[in-house]
Amino acid sequence: MSLATDPYNLIVCGVGGQGNILIARLIGRILAENGYHLAIGETFGAAQRGGSVFSSLRISKKHAYGPLIPKGGANLIVSLEPLETLRLLSNFGNENVVTLSNTQTAMPVGVLAGRAEYPDVDKLRRAIQELSAKALFTPATDIAVELGAPIVSNIVLLGALLGAKLLPISEEEVKQDMASTFPPSKLELNYQALQRGIETVA
Amino acid sequence: MSEQKTKTAETQKVFLLGNEALVRGALEAGVDYASAYPGTPSSEIIERLSHEAKKRGIHVEWSSNEKVACEGAGAAAVAGLGSLAAMKNAGLAVALDFLTHCSLTGLGDQGGSMVVVVCDDPDAHSSGDETDSRWQARFAYAPMLEPTNVAEAREMIRYCFDLSREYDCYVFLRSYTRLSHGSSIVELGPLPEAKKGQAHPDCSAAVNPYLGKVHHVMALERLAKIKEVFETSKFNEYFGPEDAELLVIASGNGVSCGREALEMLGLEDQVGLLKLATLWPFPTELVRARAKQAKQILVLEEVDPVVEVLVKDALNGTEAASVPVLGKESGHVPMAGEITPDRALDALGKLTGKTHQGPGEAYQAKLKQITDEMLISRGLTWCPGCPHRASFWALDKAVKAEGGEVYVTGDIGCYTLDVFPEGKCQMNMLHAMGSSIGLASGLGQMHKFGWDKPVVSICGDSTFYHAVLPGLVSAIYNQANLVHVVLDNSATAMTGFQAHAGVGYNAMGEAAPKIDVVKLCEALGVPVTVADPFDIRGATKALRGVMAEGQGVRILVLRRACELVRMKADKNKPYKVVVNQDKCKGEECGTCYSKFRCPALLKDPVTGKASIREDACPGCGACASVCPFKAIEIQEVAK
Repeated sequence: MSLATDPYNLIVCGVGGQGNILIARLIGRILAENGYHLAIGETFGAAQRGGSVFSSLRISKKHAYGPLIPKGGANLIVSLEPLETLRLLSNFGNENVVTLSNTQTAMPVGVLAGRAEYPDVDKLRRAIQELSAKALFTPATDIAVELGAPIVSNIVLLGALLGAKLLPISEEEVKQDMASTFPPSKLELNYQALQRGIETVA
Repeated sequence: MSEQKTKTAETQKVFLLGNEALVRGALEAGVDYASAYPGTPSSEIIERLSHEAKKRGIHVEWSSNEKVACEGAGAAAVAGLGSLAAMKNAGLAVALDFLTHCSLTGLGDQGGSMVVVVCDDPDAHSSGDETDSRWQARFAYAPMLEPTNVAEAREMIRYCFDLSREYDCYVFLRSYTRLSHGSSIVELGPLPEAKKGQAHPDCSAAVNPYLGKVHHVMALERLAKIKEVFETSKFNEYFGPEDAELLVIASGNGVSCGREALEMLGLEDQVGLLKLATLWPFPTELVRARAKQAKQILVLEEVDPVVEVLVKDALNGTEAASVPVLGKESGHVPMAGEITPDRALDALGKLTGKTHQGPGEAYQAKLKQITDEMLISRGLTWCPGCPHRASFWALDKAVKAEGGEVYVTGDIGCYTLDVFPEGKCQMNMLHAMGSSIGLASGLGQMHKFGWDKPVVSICGDSTFYHAVLPGLVSAIYNQANLVHVVLDNSATAMTGFQAHAGVGYNAMGEAAPKIDVVKLCEALGVPVTVADPFDIRGATKALRGVMAEGQGVRILVLRRACELVRMKADKNKPYKVVVNQDKCKGEECGTCYSKFRCPALLKDPVTGKASIREDACPGCGACASVCPFKAIEIQEVAK
């Protein structure tokens, strides 16, 4: 599988604490091993917990690009939270963008406090569909909760990304990377999460 | 380090964060001594080095502030070692007092070297300002280089150590958020044998800047020599045709943004791009030579027009003096914020008439309509279970009890979140590290001018050691009337839990002397009260008590470990917290969810009553004492 465009611009987003940086770096490492030039941009700091966070990946066979994606320039948005899909679309969306979103919402503090309203979930889903050439949704958190570990939602979503065959990386490569970077005691759970994610889309 | 070897292992290519690439380069250069005070986006440098410290015999420390860090690194260089000090842009201001002198003295004659890494934060992603440290190189008479990408960062910091050793001066390496917190593939060089450098401080010689004027001249002569080296530095590169009429001069993040914009507009074969990585002393001859054939020059950089001003200066009086130098001062690039591919596209579009085809109008209209209707912000607030939320709640109560006329000065740390809409908005004035007490010590004299309301200054424990201590001593000595509150959560939480003088361990995680804030304050001879913020009534009472005392400096330590520290130490929640639905008055009250605003509390959309998110609730129980109807109940959890 090769990339649809070059450079290919991937965004991995979510809410601070959901593990978007982990999967962005994992994808980045594998693509780098496969000979792609790669740059990842992240900001961390005050938005670490509960705030909007995203990583941008610039993938190319030509040369290493800078970490910033031009406005309206995303090829693929992988999101751990549906409102964050919309937020990233607002800056980087275009007619050809593909999105893969977790269905589980994470409420901003203003919503919890009853001072703001989270958009109607069905309406939000339709909006994402309307703004994406192809919009995939996966209940990553529900599956992670079934596995007894909400923390692996990001790995389920990564599995869905593999299942949807949106990037030139394989399940085997992901597992190899996990084996060399995750604590051995957590591997089985993460393999399971990955498998369940693959099945949701395959 | 979180480096991952790639398949082409023989070339040792790894995927690294910019700060990790700087660490790798420093290790390859044989760094012996490294010091810093944490600050985003610089913190990972010392963190990663601390992992290597023991095995490679390097001294790595979290110093109490940036000036101390630089002084330690300076001393190590004078002793003949290779040293590194790291900081964010704001920290450089703290360190400059020493660094301006260090440029005049040089590093002694023991062959040491010193690199000062300054990580700017264009766009102020996690900073109170986006000040541009590049001006400071000229101010401090020190050379400065700026990498344009992660791979270059590794190579360049190695070179900075060599340059420092050869010219007997410390060297600035300027990083920025998109480099420090960007990752890319880096080709590694060999690591030297892990062995401690041999320290040889020369006890026979004085290293001091006096006579300042003579040393000033020597520093200028040194810079003139380095300028010659920079004129032909391999780090400055030219891309594009030799006869380009439009020349882009770019530095730092501007290089990748400029190259991408040229590529997107199909202008690579027509427009030249001069990448400048040696910023000070400025390679004027190189710029003049490239400017000769140009009809227009566009400068792409962030944040301030530093290169732009230097280019104009370089061309002044030459045959290229009439070539327009465009950029920030001409309005082609905004004067604030980071440089982006879009800003580069805009600027090039204005000059060439070429535009990039973005999303179509119909798509953009739809996008605008949907996002206007649906997109809400996430807001910033303290974590569930954060002691600061309780502390500020108590402060709010105490201030209200005083009729609202209390002046509160804040400081830098997680508690700064108070000023955001989801905080309590108690702080009236907020500036630099340590400014809480300095500002309060001024306000604490205002009774002489007819203003006699309570003054409260607030800092955290890490900030206390960093810059509050001298201000506190000054306030006590000058008999300012103020209450100083230390929010002691046993952590430098905002930047990622780096060790500090109060936690009992050092940068490597080894046991270290624990300097107790309470004992230290008591030794200063002023009254010290200690309270627990989670006992909100007790904390409020303590605050009112110390405010009522009215005279001199009074200290209140609100002590409770950061929730993230507690979670690591103790997996069990202290309490199970439940809302008694019969007692809860719902929207009639809403105190807990709409005013206390712990993210683990929510308003049930149907009943309007309070509800606890089990997954988010850390079981601190602070909300129980906030509920006016005692509807939030806490149950002890069996250990």
